[in-house]
Amino acid sequence: MLKGRHLIEPSEFSIDELEEIFGLADSIIQKPEDYSEICKNKLLASLFYEPSTRTKFSFDAAMLRLGGEVIGFSDPNTSSVAKGETLKDTIITISNYVDIVVVRHPQEGTAKLMAKYALVPVINAGDGGHQHPTQTLTDLLTIRHYKKSLNNHCIAVCGDLKFGRTIHSLVKAMHRYQDVKFIFISPEELKIPRYIKDLLEPGSYFETTNLDKVIGKADILYMSRVQRERFVSEYEYLRLKDYFILTPEKMLRAKDDMIVMHPLPRVNEIAEEVDSDKRAVYFHQAKFGMYVRMALIVKLLGLE
Amino acid sequence: MINVSKLKKGIVIDHIEAGHGYKIFSQLGLDALEDVVVLMRNVPSRKMGKKDLIKIETDIHLDLTVLGLIDPNVTINFVKDGALIRKEKLQLPAVVEGILECKNPRCISKYQKINDIKFYLIDEKTKEYRCEYCDTATSF
Repeated sequence: MLKGRHLIEPSEFSIDELEEIFGLADSIIQKPEDYSEICKNKLLASLFYEPSTRTKFSFDAAMLRLGGEVIGFSDPNTSSVAKGETLKDTIITISNYVDIVVVRHPQEGTAKLMAKYALVPVINAGDGGHQHPTQTLTDLLTIRHYKKSLNNHCIAVCGDLKFGRTIHSLVKAMHRYQDVKFIFISPEELKIPRYIKDLLEPGSYFETTNLDKVIGKADILYMSRVQRERFVSEYEYLRLKDYFILTPEKMLRAKDDMIVMHPLPRVNEIAEEVDSDKRAVYFHQAKFGMYVRMALIVKLLGLE
Repeated sequence: MINVSKLKKGIVIDHIEAGHGYKIFSQLGLDALEDVVVLMRNVPSRKMGKKDLIKIETDIHLDLTVLGLIDPNVTINFVKDGALIRKEKLQLPAVVEGILECKNPRCISKYQKINDIKFYLIDEKTKEYRCEYCDTATSF
């Protein structure tokens, strides 16, 4: 039963519950007109305490396409935060006005704190470098669509694995499926945190600094951006940002049915020439993101 | 040798690693007690070489969770009418509330006043706990 639940991290939902969401997403993709009024008279609060274009638009588009309405802010300086209101007070107050809340915040653990006091479902739309569960739902739906199953895959994740919240959420979610192996490709300075590795069976993953050497083993290559805002100094950012770039030459060594995913926005970690490769699915991934958010909203509101 | 009289009722915290006695004294808030409290440091010990020891003559309940974090090897002796009635070895608590602080500078608990943060034990060897909000490992 998903009605009334929060989504703070992907592992909070069982595999069966996720399948319920993906099943509904499939139905919405097939016949979106059947769902265009399902959220009529429902209101979503979109609380964005840090800049985001894609995630915010994706949620807004999802709610509007379901016939619901959206209120909120995308600049905390215009909200009561600027007056020093605590997150606890903010969420208790906003809970009185709306049916569901979406929150993005630069500090880690914020969505969990807000969910503790909220009277309506809270969806974590990213909390610092910690978790980004709806991106994970997007990723899982994309994998499920292209690979027909979420079991038996070798997933290579490449880039900023230390601060990349989409990566953390993806690994936490995928390790629950059968026979999933991981290859972590990153510079030494941006290795995947220990608490994520602790979840995995020894032997189900290995770490490397060389994308070229391992690309041929992957069924799925998940590229990520090295984010400027996660670095202490500009020098460190410039030194590491170009570390691993996917090029058409590297793609020659990849399997024919490998898919390349990326949470977007891309900076330069995937050469533009790769876009025309049929294995590059990152722009379709964004569309799956909107559909899976539509399904999630409907499920948490208990409308299906 | 300094002599301290035998306890009639209360708690003796024994086998404290030398140097940890004052930490335990502070964390338990023993300075606020009206009752008799004795902190002995560097007491000769056959097993440990030297140890610290605390005697508390009181009836009040003390939350001893913190002891498991600071020094899980201590022994707690409960005394009544001058006799030992119960002896307890400590274990690391599975969940800790109100003692630890998250060490992650990006954790929301560093920006908002949160009184009831729970920490979950993840590694007995290193005594590491996971913050309920940001999942970062931290220790005492």
